[in-house]
Amino acid sequence: MQELINKAKTLLESGEVARVLGWKKGEYEYDPEPAFFETSESLKDFVYNGFCGANLSKYMIEAGKKEGKTLVFLKPCDSYSYNQLLREHRVDREKAYIVGVGCKGKLAVSKIPFEGILNISGAEYPDAAETLTVETLYGTETIAYKDAMLERCHVCKGKEHVVYDELIGESADTVDADRFAEVERIEAMSPEEKFAFFQSELSKCIRCNACRNVCPACSCRKCVFDSTAFDSEQKANTTSFEEKMFHIIRAFHVAGRCTDCGECSRVCPQGIPLHLFNRKFIKDINALYGEYQAGSDLESKAPLTNFTTEDAEPGVGRG
Amino acid sequence: MRKIGVFVCHCGSNIAATVDVKKVVELALQEQGVVHAEDYPYMCSEAGQVRIAEAIKENKLEGIVVCSCSPRMHEATFRKCAERNGLNPYLVEIANIREHCSWIHKDMAEATEKAVILMRAAVAKVHLNAPLQAGESAVTKRALVIGGGIAGIQTAIDIADAGYKVDIVEKEPSIGGRMSQLDKTFPTLDCSACILTPKMVEAAAHENITIHTWSEVEKVSGFVGNFTVDIRKKARYVDMDKCTGCGICQEKCPSKKPLNEFNRGLNTRSAIYTPFAQAIPNVPVIDANACIKLNTGKCGICEKFCQAGAIDYTQKDEIITEQYGAIVVATGFDTIKLDKYGEYAYNESKDVITSLELERIMNAAGPTKGHLERLSDGKAPKEIVFIQCVGSRCSDDRGKPYCSKICCMYTAKHAMLIRDKYPDTNVTVFYIDVRTPGKNFDEFYRRAVEDYGVNYVKGQVGKVAPQPDGSLMVHGVDLLENKQILKKADMVVLATAIEPNPDVRKIATMLTASIDTNNFLTEAHPKLRPVESPTAGVFLSGVCQGPKDIPETVAQAGAAAVKVIGLLAKDKLKTNPCTAKADELRCNGCSQCANVCPYGAISYETRQVNDHGIREDRRIAVVNSALCQGCGACTVTCPSGAMDLQGFSNRQIIAEVDAICR
Repeated sequence: MQELINKAKTLLESGEVARVLGWKKGEYEYDPEPAFFETSESLKDFVYNGFCGANLSKYMIEAGKKEGKTLVFLKPCDSYSYNQLLREHRVDREKAYIVGVGCKGKLAVSKIPFEGILNISGAEYPDAAETLTVETLYGTETIAYKDAMLERCHVCKGKEHVVYDELIGESADTVDADRFAEVERIEAMSPEEKFAFFQSELSKCIRCNACRNVCPACSCRKCVFDSTAFDSEQKANTTSFEEKMFHIIRAFHVAGRCTDCGECSRVCPQGIPLHLFNRKFIKDINALYGEYQAGSDLESKAPLTNFTTEDAEPGVGRG
Repeated sequence: MRKIGVFVCHCGSNIAATVDVKKVVELALQEQGVVHAEDYPYMCSEAGQVRIAEAIKENKLEGIVVCSCSPRMHEATFRKCAERNGLNPYLVEIANIREHCSWIHKDMAEATEKAVILMRAAVAKVHLNAPLQAGESAVTKRALVIGGGIAGIQTAIDIADAGYKVDIVEKEPSIGGRMSQLDKTFPTLDCSACILTPKMVEAAAHENITIHTWSEVEKVSGFVGNFTVDIRKKARYVDMDKCTGCGICQEKCPSKKPLNEFNRGLNTRSAIYTPFAQAIPNVPVIDANACIKLNTGKCGICEKFCQAGAIDYTQKDEIITEQYGAIVVATGFDTIKLDKYGEYAYNESKDVITSLELERIMNAAGPTKGHLERLSDGKAPKEIVFIQCVGSRCSDDRGKPYCSKICCMYTAKHAMLIRDKYPDTNVTVFYIDVRTPGKNFDEFYRRAVEDYGVNYVKGQVGKVAPQPDGSLMVHGVDLLENKQILKKADMVVLATAIEPNPDVRKIATMLTASIDTNNFLTEAHPKLRPVESPTAGVFLSGVCQGPKDIPETVAQAGAAAVKVIGLLAKDKLKTNPCTAKADELRCNGCSQCANVCPYGAISYETRQVNDHGIREDRRIAVVNSALCQGCGACTVTCPSGAMDLQGFSNRQIIAEVDAICR
């Protein structure tokens, strides 16, 4: 972590960058949050540990509107989101100094099943601890690092950064699950079971918009759900809107652009596995148009915004 | 609230027999803003339009809904009617209660309910219609014909004769197409080459026609009146200007292994070749895959012998870009592959051939110099069996569901020619039906049966089994006698189904012209606009639109030419005002719309916008309304709803959906 702070200090002090985008200590060990640092002194609050799951790429849209360059720390998976934003002309590469940081898998505090957490050790970076030690009001507990990892880290896209100016730190292999297993489980359900599953999940939604606000693909200047142009704000007042429309429309809007960064599920205060919608789209796109990873490069043609004569024709063949 | 008039058409009994039109009128009057509603037996008639005119004046209507047939049929009629009466033509909506309703429903109650829903949707939409103004665009007075067979040649000659420039793009080294491969033509038995080559010469000599052979269409952009086309002129390795067509190069070329495509692969040709003696242009091409010089760097014999110094091994493919006002597709056909028809032993025996191969065998310039002989041993066949409908009228996925239309006639021709020239050879034809509609066609077939003694057997062949002695055992059935037939034959000829040239899919995609499930190009209307594609400015000529014989092809080629001439004769075209438009405050500048736009109509500019007091430079999509064809692909791709299609705005569509779901 100190290496990152040193880098930030050097670049800030030399004037090469006007600000640093990183993570700032929260109230607890486990809730750091994204923050801009504009002075060397402010970097005392900078933190990078196992709880820094937040994907900083979306904040670069705002950073791009400011004067001067911004130093941003991107984990390997975050770099896909940044690349995708670059493809969509939403961020300015010229105004970014990207430090690719190593990642050993990020943690979800919701997966740590202990009450009264006071302190957690083992989440420090680059410490490769296999066990987290959790001090609680009621004594000290331990949990395997892997068991507290975010779902997305179990199906990690890989250790490589797809865009960066320099790299600091090593990443760890964290993959130990099949990315599409859960999607396949739902696909195997009957239509009634599927409906019941999604209704039970989506009925928990409180429309806090956290998923939308964190999603790097949801970067519209004006979201259709907030717009008066489509009379959709009236529909949003209906009780079944979240269950039947909001998340499904959102999944359609990000289809083909979603990098599967998993932020939607990470931030959902209701614990809804929102990433499953996006992953179903990704699985179908892979099956219909060939393997495609949004954000992996700047040149390839995105399957949903490109037409070739070899394209699958829905209704022909697949029914 | 706009004042809306609703006009419900009976279409004689087409609509009124299934839809309770009075009820539609009654319920229309309950819709918001509807101040007038009436029904009439024929709304499109003069009397019907007078009623609309009067209603517009009396009620000061600000929008009208006509519940009638498809907008493709009469939208223009009713728009013009509105315009004549002082109402913007884009304030007219059609509710299609015929094709979408009465024709597909039997139950009156259900059909009426649906008609009412469609009417409601149209009323909801017309409240939001904007009074649009059509623009104008210029017409490039030059036509492109894709395909240089008889269809393309005839279309080009007819257009050129009317005084317009025409380019023919042909992928083979010569124009002529399938017809140049034929020996004789039905029903007159005149020689195919004798009637085709004068047309080829005429096209080549015509001052208004430019022929690009050994060329392919690479890219098409633009729209009716203003197409831009990239044409790939494949490297010929022979200088067209220098070559005298003497043919010495072909004679001397040591690479003689490539299969002769023109003879359907029945013999071989040299690596440098013209497909046939009367080729136009009479300039050979070098087959780069077979040329020894191009592959190994050694040889160069053709260059040595060429007196004209026309050989140029350094030639490269060249892309030329041309502008056209109209494009005619005349890509023709090929016979289907017979891999799925193992029972006919086509791949096992050289003596099982397709009719097109027989055509080459009977032709004096063919692989046997016109002698009818077995390709296996060169012996004269004494017993020939023709099998009809191989792959045509097929109910499974091995073949084609349609009738190839030409096979009954050419088989009668083949049978007759064989019986005439080789009277000691017996000919048997197995058929499902003999289909001979056409002038002098049935008479022709009857001559084959009655005067030439061709043995027609109604029934299909189940199996052709090659025998150890080289003969072929044909297992068939005679349905009229209700008995099985075992017939020993020396040669079996398969009337192989025809299919559109496989390249047509690629070309149709470039032209955004629709094709059907069999890859035939779709007409704008199957009866009333048979030579036009639904894509404006694209016309159809020949078999690419459906199976047809030479007289029909020539007739259609002329018809397509007339349509092209009608278009090129105009100086200006009215443009469709239903084009896309970007809302600068909602646009993210993300380029997704530009990526999906099939017409290249969207570009980006960075400009300052004032978003509720915040001024900033933003990357904003800009639609070129001359290029935009109003397909709407951008509007559904835009995640923020910034792209909207005028005349079909998001709001209008949602209003329609809301009205339907009400």
